[in-house]
Amino acid sequence: MDELKIYTYIAVFGSFAIYFGIAWWARAGSTSDFYVAGGGVTPMQNGMAIGADWMSAASFISMAGMISFLGYGGSVFLMGWTGGYVLLAMLLAPYMRKHGKFTVPEFIYDRYYSKTARIVAVVCLIIASLTYIIGQMKGVGVAFSRFLEVDYDLGLYIGMFVVWVYAVLGGMKGITYTQIAQYCVLIFAYTIPAVFISLQLTGNPIPQLGLGSTLADGSGVYLLDKLDMVVTDLGFKEYTTDNMGGTVNMFAYTLSLMIGTAGLPHVIMRFFTVPSVKAARQSAGYALVFIALLYTVAPAVGAMARLNLMNTIEPVAGQNLEYAERPQWFKDWENTGLLQYEEKNGDGKIQYTADKETNEMIKVDRDIMVLANPAIANLPNWVIALVAAGGLAAALSTAAGLLLAISSSISHDLMKGILTPDLTEKNELMAGRIVMTISVLVAGWLGLNPPGFAAGTVALAFGLAASSIFPALMMGIFAKKMSGKAAVAGMISGIGVTMLYVFQHKGIMFIPGTSFLGDMGPNWFFGISPNAFGSVGAVVNFAVAFTVLKFTGPAPAHIQQLVENFRTPHGGVSAAHDH
Amino acid sequence: MEGNATYWTENLRLIFICLAVWFVVSFGFGLLLVEPLNEIRLGGYKLGFWFAQQGSIYTFVGLVFWYTKKMNDLDKKYNVEES
Repeated sequence: MDELKIYTYIAVFGSFAIYFGIAWWARAGSTSDFYVAGGGVTPMQNGMAIGADWMSAASFISMAGMISFLGYGGSVFLMGWTGGYVLLAMLLAPYMRKHGKFTVPEFIYDRYYSKTARIVAVVCLIIASLTYIIGQMKGVGVAFSRFLEVDYDLGLYIGMFVVWVYAVLGGMKGITYTQIAQYCVLIFAYTIPAVFISLQLTGNPIPQLGLGSTLADGSGVYLLDKLDMVVTDLGFKEYTTDNMGGTVNMFAYTLSLMIGTAGLPHVIMRFFTVPSVKAARQSAGYALVFIALLYTVAPAVGAMARLNLMNTIEPVAGQNLEYAERPQWFKDWENTGLLQYEEKNGDGKIQYTADKETNEMIKVDRDIMVLANPAIANLPNWVIALVAAGGLAAALSTAAGLLLAISSSISHDLMKGILTPDLTEKNELMAGRIVMTISVLVAGWLGLNPPGFAAGTVALAFGLAASSIFPALMMGIFAKKMSGKAAVAGMISGIGVTMLYVFQHKGIMFIPGTSFLGDMGPNWFFGISPNAFGSVGAVVNFAVAFTVLKFTGPAPAHIQQLVENFRTPHGGVSAAHDH
Repeated sequence: MEGNATYWTENLRLIFICLAVWFVVSFGFGLLLVEPLNEIRLGGYKLGFWFAQQGSIYTFVGLVFWYTKKMNDLDKKYNVEES
């Protein structure tokens, strides 16, 4: 076994051992432990846990890679996935914490006094969380297959097992403390290679500054100017101005990701784990700091990886790399199929251009940019090993949060709330654990049969959260008179419009060949891509809800009282329902 | 409940200010005004590009902390803190 593999085994299984240790230490003894970690998490801890919960395989593995190839267009992910926390901190989290329940559908039930609303919320939550979890499972499989050279399937089974152990044992409590550890692992794993690469390329160790610096080769040319020049020479669009699908599409996409972020139940749930409204506001701030640490580094990683890739293939202008002399990382990634080369002009050299006819790099998967980055930059082996552990930490922590969101919505909302209200606490806890196990199996199955590439399916989950959950919650807090009937009508139309649009272009449940109009750019509504359509769905949701409200009359007085109550931090919670 | 009503109005005013800034730095500077701003340079960054990939995120962080501080003050002023 070579040195790299030994380091990787140590990093990966060492981090797993830590997670297991924490899981044992933070076992859940009550439903409160299982759903909200007993409500005793500090804002700083919760901020870190939100960071890990939030930053998924897509953030860690795919995002910098997407920015790498999209350039300026990749900004939608950076602004969208951070801007949502501003909305969360001001529009949702403090009030929902004040109300003080276990799950998002439960809040919707209390506020809209309707079992239908609760069921709709559960269904939206499950669809959004399941589409999101596919990306995590795929991330686990990719990380294992590349770094430990085990089978993709076997890697996935190992990942499922690890998540299952600490999620089932500890519920939210176990997940919270493992997420804190996972945050530390993933942020180190992300930042260290970035610092090395920034130092190599620009002489500045801080990647955020390195991206705006001149190159260290003594030419005095700014890194971004050099990158613009290199890519446009080969016929690609200019890196710093390439706007993905036009301004309208980028606007809608950013907005979808922002309100989708604010509407994702597995993130909102984390705010129920802190002891007070004040702590909920603070944890949003800390969470954003911890997230920004990665998100401001990602554009530097993306740009620098692209430049390094270009420089490897064409070290000096006009002198392309001989295929026979390709570096080891090139061969490694060819083995995984994520990098593919095809000789076209018979000169034995690698041509990488924007022109399909002459381009010989026929496949450069976006996901490899972060994973291969340390190797492309010739970084030491322990750094590469760290990236493997970091990618797994990112995928597992998000998967755990999602699994908890799914299982709590089934055991607490569907079973305890609707089907079997006389469930004892002990049995509910047991039910939660059984549902969690089933969810792990379903997630694993979806990971083995993944639709699309990791980040694509994640973006879809955002569209669904944006069009259904966020508007319902926001109206619940800010429109005191909003009634149950109107809210349900809004949610169903919002998610309906979004799903219809997505499935029409991407295939029913993403099954290829079932898209009834085909994925045809020209047919897009105002040029808005399916992934960006959640914001339109949200507008439909708001419009339908207020129209129906106008014709059916406002919410009853005791509900308006309830809203008054959770708008201020003081006083207890006046229960609208006993259940 | 008179006090609660003005508390809520003041909160809405704060949210409005924050979201205006939120909109301007991201959708404004980062998207709609990106081309004119790109004429200005911030070191190696074009300014519009910088707002889209860096500046908006720093502003978001500042906004959330500022709002949290203001709300804590407001809770005190109207005496609606948690017991």
